[in-house]
This record gives sequence, C-alpha cells and structure tokens, in this order.
Amino acid sequence: MSQKFRCDEGGAIDRRKPLSFTFDGKTYQGYEGDTLASALLANGVHLLGRSFKYHRPRGIMCAGSEEPNAMVELRTGARKEPNTRATTIELFDGLVANSQNRWPSLRFDVMAVNNLFSPLLSAGFYYKTFMWPVSFWTNVYEHIIRRAAGLGTAATEADPDFYEQCHEHCDVLVVGAGPAGLMAAISAANYGARVIIADEHAQLGGSLINENFNVDGISGKDWAARQAQKLAGMNNVHILNRTTIFGYYDHNTIGAIEKVSDHVPQPAAGKPRQRMWTLYPKRVVIAAGATERPLIFGNNDKPGVMLASAVRTYINRWGVKPGSRAIVATNNSDAYRTAIDLHQAGVRVVAVVDSRMHPDAPLAAKLDALSIELIAGKTIGAAEGGQHLRYVQLVSTQGLTADPQRIDCDLVASSSGWNPNVHLHSQSGAKPIYDETIASFVPGQSRQAEVSIGAAKGSFELQDCLDQGRAAGAEAAKLSGFKGRLIKTASASDDDAYSIEALWIAPTPYNKSYKQFIDQQNDVKASDIDLAAREGYDSVELLKRYTTQGMATDQGKTSNVNALAILAAQRGEPIPEVGTTTFRPPYVPVAMGNFAGHTVGYQFMPVRRTAIHDWNEKQGAVFIEAGMWLRARYYPQSPEDTLYDCYVRETNATRSNVAMVDVSTLGKIDIQGPDVAEFLNRLYINNWLKLPIGRARYGIMLREDGVVFDDGTTTRLGENHYFMTTTTANAAPVLAHMEYYHQTAWPELDVVFCSVTEQWTGIAVAGPNSRKLLENVIDIDLSNEAFPFMAYGECKMNNISARLFRISFSGELAYEVNVAADYGEQAWLELLEAGREMGVSPYGTEALGTMRIEKGHVAGSELDGRTTALDLGLEGMANRSKHFIGKHNSQRPALIGDGRLQVVGIKSVEAGRNLRIGAHLVDDKVKLESVSQSQGHITAITFSPSLGCGIALGLLQDGASRHGEQIDAVSPLHDEKIRVEICHPIFIDPKGELVRA
Amino acid sequence: MLRIECPWCGVRNEDEFSYGGDASVQRPADGGSLDEWYDYVYTRDNSAGQHTEHWQHLNGCRAWITVVRDTITHEIFDTAPASPNLPPGSGSGKKTNGVKS
Repeated sequence: MSQKFRCDEGGAIDRRKPLSFTFDGKTYQGYEGDTLASALLANGVHLLGRSFKYHRPRGIMCAGSEEPNAMVELRTGARKEPNTRATTIELFDGLVANSQNRWPSLRFDVMAVNNLFSPLLSAGFYYKTFMWPVSFWTNVYEHIIRRAAGLGTAATEADPDFYEQCHEHCDVLVVGAGPAGLMAAISAANYGARVIIADEHAQLGGSLINENFNVDGISGKDWAARQAQKLAGMNNVHILNRTTIFGYYDHNTIGAIEKVSDHVPQPAAGKPRQRMWTLYPKRVVIAAGATERPLIFGNNDKPGVMLASAVRTYINRWGVKPGSRAIVATNNSDAYRTAIDLHQAGVRVVAVVDSRMHPDAPLAAKLDALSIELIAGKTIGAAEGGQHLRYVQLVSTQGLTADPQRIDCDLVASSSGWNPNVHLHSQSGAKPIYDETIASFVPGQSRQAEVSIGAAKGSFELQDCLDQGRAAGAEAAKLSGFKGRLIKTASASDDDAYSIEALWIAPTPYNKSYKQFIDQQNDVKASDIDLAAREGYDSVELLKRYTTQGMATDQGKTSNVNALAILAAQRGEPIPEVGTTTFRPPYVPVAMGNFAGHTVGYQFMPVRRTAIHDWNEKQGAVFIEAGMWLRARYYPQSPEDTLYDCYVRETNATRSNVAMVDVSTLGKIDIQGPDVAEFLNRLYINNWLKLPIGRARYGIMLREDGVVFDDGTTTRLGENHYFMTTTTANAAPVLAHMEYYHQTAWPELDVVFCSVTEQWTGIAVAGPNSRKLLENVIDIDLSNEAFPFMAYGECKMNNISARLFRISFSGELAYEVNVAADYGEQAWLELLEAGREMGVSPYGTEALGTMRIEKGHVAGSELDGRTTALDLGLEGMANRSKHFIGKHNSQRPALIGDGRLQVVGIKSVEAGRNLRIGAHLVDDKVKLESVSQSQGHITAITFSPSLGCGIALGLLQDGASRHGEQIDAVSPLHDEKIRVEICHPIFIDPKGELVRA
Repeated sequence: MLRIECPWCGVRNEDEFSYGGDASVQRPADGGSLDEWYDYVYTRDNSAGQHTEHWQHLNGCRAWITVVRDTITHEIFDTAPASPNLPPGSGSGKKTNGVKS
C-alpha cells in the first residue's frame, strides 16, 4: 500500500517494520514508531470524525495529548475504547479504529444538518431552547439531544485486562523528558539524588525529536538518545516512559499513569494494561513544555488546518507531509520554523502570513533565502472548502478594507503563540500569572516543593531550556540534601529569539459572520463567548459553565487562553483582570480501571470467614453477607427446601429441643485495667460499678447526641479483666469510639483494650435441652443454682479450654461457648457429637432473626441512628444519677416529646397475608398513595412458627401507648394494604422465664 | 493526598487515618447545662485557616492524634499525641507537608 505523504527519509520511525491497520474498515500501512494520526496522514487521510454538536467534519489539529478533534473508537469488543486521541495512539500491527459521532457514515452524516440549525444551538441552548412543554424534555428532547450530541460508545463487555497501582518515593521527580527535563534529570542524578523522570512518549527527547535542532554538534534526536542512554545506565534513576503525570496533589503527592500495554494488541501475560503511580518526591521539577494556540479565524476547524508545531512534528518525528500546498499563518516568530521544515521536506510553502507589520528581520531573510513569500500585516480571515481545506482568504490586521486575498492551499499551519503548560503548577495550589511579553500565563509563586523550567516556564529558546534544566536539577538535589558538582553545559545551535504580538481573533472577510471555533471538541465558537458575556456570564468560571468551553476531554488545552482573551476583549479589560480558571486533575483522561486497580471482583473487599465456615460450606449452608463476613443463613436439607422451610424447621428445633448457631462475627473487645468498671459506666447507660466477677450484663451505648449507638453484653472475667461484645456491624466503630474517649476525654482512666473478634469462636447452644447437651462435654456444674442466667465461667469442653456464658438471644435457655478460634471447628464438631443422640442441629441467621423478632430484641433495623433508648423501650436501664455518653443530649425536648417513633410489635389481622418490610403504617382513612402521612414503618418481619402467623417489629409514632390499636400497613410500590394490630414487641415469654429455667 | 506525621509511626498517607473533628472543643462536665452539651455536639466554627483537629491512625497504631492543619492550603503545622498518657513517640510530631527538607 502506498503512503503517498511519507517522506523518503527522516523521522523516528522504522521503515523496515511496516504495520498494517484498519480505519473505518479500510486497511492502511504505517511504520513502527507511528501514531495512528501520523500513519493516517501518511496515507492522506485527514477526515477523522464529526464534531460534538454541529457534526462538522474534523481532522487532525495537533500531534499530542492536547488534540481536541481526532478522536476515534479504538479496538473492538471488550477492549473497545471510545474518544481516544489518534495523536497519542502508538500504532501496532492489526490495530482497528473507527470514526465516531457520525451516521450513517463519516463522509455523509445526517446530523450535519445541525450545522444549519446552529442558531438554535448557541451557548446555553439546553437552558433556552428545549424549555417547553415541560413533559417534552424527558420524552422527546433528551432522546434527540443524546443521540445527536456525544462521542463514541463504550464497550459493553467487562474489561479483560487488569490495572496496577504502585507507589514510589524519590528525591527529585522530573516531569517531561524534553531538553530541559533531560538536563535536569542528569544534573540531579549526578548529585546522587534518587530521580524519577516521566514522559508521555515511548522515547525520551520531547521537542528534540519534534524539531530540527542540533545540540553539542549532533542532531537533537541523537543527543536526546545519548542522554536517555546515560540515564538508563544510572542506578539512582527510574525512567517512566509512556507515563503522564496527571495530577499534582497536596503535600507533594503526584499521580501518574503509565501506559504499559497500550502500544501492543493485548497485554503480555502477567502485564497490566496500565499502571497508576502515586509518587512521593521531595522536589518536583516541571519541564512539561508548552502547548501551541491555534489562530482563531472563520472555519478554522476545517480538516487541513493544523497547529504549526504539529506540522513540524509530523515532518520531523514521523517523516510525514501533512499536505502539499501549505500556508503558514502566525503572530509570532516560532512558526517560521514550520515553513522551513516544510520546504526542506519538499512541501510547497505558498506563503508565510504574519499578522505583525514588522516581522523579525533574520527570519524574513531566512524565508527570502528559500524564496518563500512573506506576507506581513495580514492573517487568515476564513478557510474554505468542503470536507477538506481548499483555500484561505487573507485579510488585513491593520484595519484595511481591501478585498480579501484568496490563496489556494490544502494545509494551514497556524500559530497564535505558546502557552506554558502550567497545569501541574496550578494543581499544586499556585496561581499562574500573565506575562505580556509572551502573551500567556507563566508559573507564579510556588506553593509546594516544585519549580517549572524551560517552555513550561515560558522560556522558549533551546539554550535556555538546557541551562535551566542543568541548574534546576542541581538545585532540587541540593534542596533534597545532596552535595555534588554541576554537569557540563550543553550548547544548542538554535538561536532564534521568540517574539510575539498577540492576535486573539482574526477579522472576517467583509465582516461577514463565520464560525470561529475556540473549543473544537465542545464546538464552542467565539460568538458563544460574546453571547455569554452579553448575557451576564462574564466571569471566567461562569463562562466556562455556560458555554462548556474547556470542559471536554481535552480540558481546553488549546482553547482556554484564547477564550479568556476574547472574554477580556468583550469586557474591555486586560487579560490579568479576567484571570484564569483553576486547572484540575487529571491532565489527561484516566481510565477508571486505574483507580480500581486490583480491587475488583473477589478482591473488591476482603471476605471474612469464621472458623466454622468450611463445615458450613460442606453442609450446603446458604450464606449471607454481614459486612465483610459470610454467615450461614440457613441449612437446606434437600434441594426442594426453601428459605421458609429451613428457618421454620431451625426455629422449631431450637424452641423445642436444642440447636447451635455460629456467633463468631460479633465484635469482641478484651478490656483490662483497674478503671474498667468506671470506663464501662461512662460508655454504657446502665450501671457497671457493681458487676461481680463471673457475671455478664447487657448494656446500651449512646452516641454523644443521645441516639442509641450499639448494644451487647460485657462480662467480668476477673478483678480487672472484662470482655465486651458488640453487634457484628459496629465492632470496628465501637472500638474506635472507645479509643477516642480513652485517648482524648478520659486519659486518666487506667484501661487498655483491643479487639479480639478474630481470636475467639463463639457458638450459641440454645433450646430447652441445651443444658443437657453441654453437661455431656463441659466440666463445670451447670445447674441453675451454680450457673444461673448471665453467669460466666471458665471450663474445659472435653480437652478444649473454653469460656462459657449463660446468655440468650433466642429467648430460650441458652449458653454461649467461646474457644480460641484455632479450636473453633473442633469445638463445633464436639458439640454436634455431644448432642447427636438428642438430635441437635445447626441454625442460621434467618432463624436467629426470627427468634429475635419473636422476643422483641432490637437490632440494626431498629438501631437506625435515629432511635433513643426511650424509643426502644430501654430507657428503664439508664442510671441518670451517673455520667454516661449521650446522657444530656438524650434529654433534648425533641427526643423526649410526643410523636417519637417507638418500637412496637405488629401482627397481621388478615389471615394468610404476609407483612412487608418497609411498609408504612398509616391511618385507614389515608389513600394508598399518601405515604406522606406515614406514622411509622415496619422494620423487620417474619413468620413466627411459635405463633403460627406473620409478625413484625416496627417504629410507630407514640407506639408504646398504642398497643391493641389497628392500623394499615401500606406498600404503594406493591399496591398493597394490610390491616395490622399494634402490640407489645415481645411476642413470646414476656416475663423471660425460659431463659432463667 | 495529605501526608500526616503520626508521632509514633512517622509520615503516612491520609488514607491510613480517619478524621475525628474539631479538637479544640471542650467536653463539658457532667453537670453542664443542656446548652453546653448541645454546643459541644453541634456548634462548630467553620474556620478558614489554622484548625486544630483530631485524627485517628486507624489503619496504623490506632492512636488518636491532634493535628494543626490549614483548612485552605492543607498545610500541616504540627501533630501531637491526643493523649498525655500514651508513651511518647519517637518522632518529633512536628512538620509535614510530607517533606523533610
């Protein structure tokens, strides 16, 4: 295949390694070292996509990550990646890309009709045009707009690749490996500092590869290669190529993305697709270069209109001629290089059009020597052509009204000057300042340990870049504590001084109206900025939001300063008065996979398993997640067994015989010290000073605002030794809560404590036959007299040391056995064996929940962060003559007044109809839809095997005094209304005789 | 990412810590009025500038520490143990910005 626009020689590409790729189904050839953009240009393909709003044909404008237009859908299937810049995609063999935002085809796009309706689509059009009728917004307008606007489509399959996160510390981070960055890295490394140097490209060198420079008597490209080799040989230097520094965060923390495998069809085995680095440098040297601005003229978005520096880069880096008849249009000295490079590559340069009346004489002489025409005092007023540029119309920049001068061309290389890449400097918290001499923003006062050098600082001359790099690298190393000697200077051949006279917008031919694009990715025109300012959106932050200028995926890299200047002109103020928006990370789009890293799928969250988990699994238990824990929910005995069958069977077994449940997930905190009783007395609302050794007590903790925080039992194991349990969900928060008070409010209390949740396996043995079962294996007297309700004792269970608690959550005679977790499964098996003849069985959390509802024990759904002890019927426990957390705030009027939601029991009075969790409790006169008149809601439901009907707990206004009342439980989502009776929340054994049996 | 110097563990990433609110608020005595207790829980200055606050080194040594931070710039001026009863740390408990220079 021919690459008609490929130069015969030159460029950092390997002509011996041809690569084949397809774009929109057509196969092309490029070379190793190409980007997708350079390979397409080599094949004469300029039309790459349609614009966001107006569906105008768009081509390639830039040569790097600042590109606003040339976005494609890269790859296919699960690896499909929309909105990817063709200018940053390294070509590989077999690459597949497609244009986007066009239908049915790129050349013929139906939505291009938007271009004709553009008066409707001006700034703020969303807010103005599609206002009426209101219902049309969701039903009609939104669908049309969503289809018409937008970019590529995402893959629908899961990403098959993985992403990695790495952290690295260093003394000096150098951002960018152009002339300034290379010198800085070598200079700092020479002092012995640990250096990381990061660059977006595969090859280090930056502008040395893009330009036709000489350094130290050899070509810039070769000089850069030598420096890269030198750095690679230093063991205190880490080169991160293909890596973009995307964010500068607080305390000198830096985010970077390394594109490990984007340049190959798929990652090699074991390699991530991309890697996210968090870097912790002591000093940062920002040598991130500068971004060229395009001139703003009519139809400046035509394919064929490119940045002057991009044109040079295509010639010098990739050996590609982006056109055959070129016009160079500029307001500064730098673009003259483009004319010379084009000429040397054999492209006809029709003219250099300099908007300044008096261009630099040495540059004029250079053009003269090459017989290139120089037109001064004019600029391009408008570009014309269909899907590609055909000619331009030159207009006077000096207010002359002569007829525009038409020049035929297929390439415009335009430059409106250079913007130092102050993004990272701004992200670090500093404020860039406007520099009149280069008509752009330069870094201001540093706020963090960073310095900008070279083009990133507004120094556009090569020798300055090299010198500043040398000095800044040494300075950064010195500030990091290193001593050494400066490296030798490098000397550049290029001696053109940079000069510019700002021209922010070109006059149009005959003052006719043209679309002059500022932000090409979001289709924001100069007229949109004028309109926004006229309508009062004239601050830079408002402008951005009203017009969406700078809010596309390129973040306005080529458009921000132009937009600002036009706004300043509209306001009649100097640019510094208007100011800039704050640059925010990320500098380039970052794939979400990088933030997830390895924490996806089963690695999303650790899974906590109890010691009995394996046994549960073998039994075919169905598990439920409780935080990170997996708990056995129920134990099917046959494939037909339903959840209902299981929990009814398990509940009946417990209430009539004996059953066991794994309660290891409860939070456990071991507390020791002489002041524990006082500590507990302040944490819990009830009394703790007189708890005897060998006894457990139930306690309620409040938050400082008076709302109930957690509940559980604490047992006194010894004189100064206590053992607390918390709910599964609050195990960690309760520990932190205790640490907070111990370390900040009550440091005088002599206590120590730590979590022992995972050290102990807890097994509850419950049911009227539980004592009988335990007597088979426990070596202490379990009679009611010797070991009453709430007793505690150390014992041996067969040969295992165990702690035994007589506590009950089921409401039955019950015990809890704790053994060291390593013995957990053995203990479980021995208990099963001890009860085998009695028919002991396991029960899961579903039966546990059923029994707790039957007993009216409050749990997570009632401890909802709003209920007080009074609401829960537990206020009687509080001892208000002592101090405890939340004591005072629990007495605030709103917490003790009428109308509080209080816990109640609820029974269906309609036989056979089940209650629904979350149903609202309403007066029977209230219509189904009007849950705004809800008086409360159902928090937990179950079918009670003991009562033979559906029961529930709920929270109801003044519920404690409404037992016996009938009310409706409604669920509008299910169009459901059930008559219920309010009752006491304890459904069975209200006096608690069973637990004391 | 803030870099916070734990007096015992050294400079660590913010994500090892959890924020614990304004450390300058004094917990009233048991006999305090309801207004005092209300203020203690709910009333806070939203200060722009230096702010003394509690952090817990939750995924580290679990110590509660007092951090003096600028709420605008995030500069950290000082970190110290919240409890006078804990053994002193090896670090100075001073500076950060994550950088010792």
